[in-house]
Amino acid sequence: MPIEVLMPALSPTMTEGNLAKWHKAEGDSVTSGDVLAEIETDKATMEVEAVDEGTMGKILVSEGTEAVAVNTPIALLLGEDEDKGALDGYEAKGVGGGSTDKDKAEPKDDKGDKEEKQAKDESTSEQKAPDGFAKPEAADPGPEPDYDGETHEITIREALRDAMAEEMRADDRVFLMGEEVAEYQGAYKVSQGLLDEFGPKRVIDTPITEHGFAGLGVGASMAGLRPIVEFMTWNFAMQAIDHIINSAAKTLYMAGGELGSPIVFRGPNGAASRVAAQHSQCYASWYAHCPGLKVVAPWSGMDAKGLLKAAIRDPNPIVVLEHEMLYGTKFEAPTDPDFVLPIGKAKIERKGSDVTITAFSRMVDVALAAAEELASDGIEAEVINLRTLRPLDTATIIDSVKKTNRIVTVEEGWPYAGIGSEIASVMMEAAFDWLDAPVTRVCGEDVPMPYAANLEALALPTPERVAKAVRSVSYAD
Amino acid sequence: MAGKSKSGGKSASSGSKSKSSGAKSGKTGAKPSKDDLLQYYRDMLQIRRFEEKAGQLYGMGLIGGFCHLYIGQEAVVIGMQSCLEDGDSVITTYRDHGHMLATGMDPKGVMAELTGRIDGYSKGKGGSMHMFSKDKGFYGGHGIVGANVPLGTGLAFAHKYREDGGVCLTYFGDGAANQGQVYEAFNMAALWDLPVVYVIENNKYGMGTSVARSSATTDLHKRGAAHGIDGQKIDGMNVLKVREAGIEAVAYAREKGPIILEMETYRYRGHSMSDPAKYRSKEEVSKMRDERDPIVQLRDIILKEKGIDEDGLKEIDKEVREIINAAAEFAQESPEPDPSELYTDILIEA
Ligand SMILES: Cc1ncc(C[n+]2csc(CCOP(=O)(O)OP(=O)(O)O)c2C)c(N)n1
Ligand SMILES: [Mg+2]
Repeated sequence: MPIEVLMPALSPTMTEGNLAKWHKAEGDSVTSGDVLAEIETDKATMEVEAVDEGTMGKILVSEGTEAVAVNTPIALLLGEDEDKGALDGYEAKGVGGGSTDKDKAEPKDDKGDKEEKQAKDESTSEQKAPDGFAKPEAADPGPEPDYDGETHEITIREALRDAMAEEMRADDRVFLMGEEVAEYQGAYKVSQGLLDEFGPKRVIDTPITEHGFAGLGVGASMAGLRPIVEFMTWNFAMQAIDHIINSAAKTLYMAGGELGSPIVFRGPNGAASRVAAQHSQCYASWYAHCPGLKVVAPWSGMDAKGLLKAAIRDPNPIVVLEHEMLYGTKFEAPTDPDFVLPIGKAKIERKGSDVTITAFSRMVDVALAAAEELASDGIEAEVINLRTLRPLDTATIIDSVKKTNRIVTVEEGWPYAGIGSEIASVMMEAAFDWLDAPVTRVCGEDVPMPYAANLEALALPTPERVAKAVRSVSYAD
Repeated sequence: MAGKSKSGGKSASSGSKSKSSGAKSGKTGAKPSKDDLLQYYRDMLQIRRFEEKAGQLYGMGLIGGFCHLYIGQEAVVIGMQSCLEDGDSVITTYRDHGHMLATGMDPKGVMAELTGRIDGYSKGKGGSMHMFSKDKGFYGGHGIVGANVPLGTGLAFAHKYREDGGVCLTYFGDGAANQGQVYEAFNMAALWDLPVVYVIENNKYGMGTSVARSSATTDLHKRGAAHGIDGQKIDGMNVLKVREAGIEAVAYAREKGPIILEMETYRYRGHSMSDPAKYRSKEEVSKMRDERDPIVQLRDIILKEKGIDEDGLKEIDKEVREIINAAAEFAQESPEPDPSELYTDILIEA
């Protein structure tokens, strides 16, 4: 049987083209790689090369023909052992089957077909998996285990260090790398003592080369190690964000599950003090935006230890957003090395019936302070420490709002497309009927962080601003 | 850094063969046997036929999006792969079909990924540019120019951390050689003596921009000099020369640290399927094809020096063609991924 040469698509968008020129005549011999013809597309003239060997049997579409549809047979090639007789009565069929985008785009007016498709679509939306934000029940890993073991009072810095040390003791695939993490003991002294205990093989000072060492860490994780990559601050990780998103977060999906990136990226995030715009920014919504990542933002000692340990054990790429201004704060933290917190679960830090306030990281302090102030006015606020930003524990927020009927979100980051915007959307989608007032956001001001002390203070959420927002949604001002 | 050569010359020439053994004939032995040559011929031909078929399926609308063919560059990857041991790792860019076949990945699974089907290596979710096989030591398949260089350096870091004696081959293009992260990776690789061979596939162009128009200095093998990494320029159209240099470089990387091989090579087709390649002359392309084609060169050696006749090679041609046709058929028959696959493989269940 002769081999059909088809009008090729030479770009992702081409549907037809002109047959500008034949380079082979009937009877010519053809080997793989030979140029058969020239085709003009909307963009350019391209050559069509032979894939099969044989003799040019018959030209079906002559030179100069315009608007030849893709996949139209344009010539017949005779195989090595065939003679011209094989062409007699042969009818070119063109391409059969093959689902091209074009097929899909074409509306099918067969009704039965459509219904079947609809049914299919519905069944798939039900399978919608783990961390779709709009699915409140999706992000529920079960209740937080009540920890009633021993605790001790330590700083957040120490809690983070202990989390790493415990996990490094338990798993020799875990190592820490970053700028000044080893001999200097951490730019913010978070890795104090780790070099002494684990040595330079596992506590590694890197050059100042965020893009490079983030990529190196992701590569090591693909090979099965469990890197903890410390960014001196998250501001500098903008140089590395390509590896965090493109290399770490997307690989498992692109690999169909064959290979992932079990890695922790951590460091201080958000507003530091008097360091101006380039060193003071919250990246929560940047990373929470991306499927394939988990994002946690600890506030307390329990958070710091439990979430970082969970992150190190987790087989996925995790972003841990710490806060410089909390490093020195003391909290009670569990001493039990088996203690971890579930990723994807918020914590109600203060119970209340009148309004829900969500916050994370340092803003939990601000929310709690606002709640105290409001309590003296007789407004009882429920303060939710989000803990995880992706997957967001929407169930806890919704349950709370069903009780309080109003919600104020607090974050240091900018309002535009922030975490508060996301929560507002979730409320619209899942708690609309329970809301008695518009969802209200208290955010960092929509400006680069100023240096001057008074301006800096004005740029950030304060307990007063939160309390004001709460009074407003309570119609109490 | 102790143990790193600062001499400008070739430093991979010491008799260092930590892992070479007769265990797997033809892998690390210095002189390839007749069977080895036939194997290289077959493997290069398989890539060529695979790519031609992919081009054809693309033309039929069965493959979509970006599809970067490796035709012309086959000697690089086949020569280098012949220098590796089990447990070594390979990482490359989006021009990756040849590398996957060279590591032993199944043409059926690769082709089915190109057609976006469930039996593809990534269940149809990665496509031409993104496939992986832990089993074969192949770590992708990366679409961001330059990004696979730190990633490969990280694979080498893992070899060293685990002390498993492995080496990572990190392939990238002449265009990628101008990315900053390449030099960040070079610095760390040299600083920590990581077992990595950087294979720069200099095919003369990054898309439509020639090396001379993109690079202030065009001797890409010297780009490691600032970090004390030696490099060599190799005729990448000659599989035997690639192999010869590869054996030394891999042994050097395994024992001492990073090294660069710049492969002079050429891609016959456009950058991707929709590139009419107007930035170079027809004569330039046909001269390469006619005078330096890697498959023809090896074929001539086999015919002239190894006592094999045309019929002997025809058998191989036929076998390869059958494999590729079977792969193409498989790739069209395999179903599209179930819609539920849209939501899988985003996170691993902890
Ligand atoms: C960071 C980045 N910039 C631009 C591109 C678009 N792009 C894809 S391939 C390519 C050319 C790369 O050339 P080279 O490194 O020589 O590799 P070759 O394609 O020749 O194999 C460009 C610019 C990209 N994928 N990633
Ligand atoms: Mg190139």
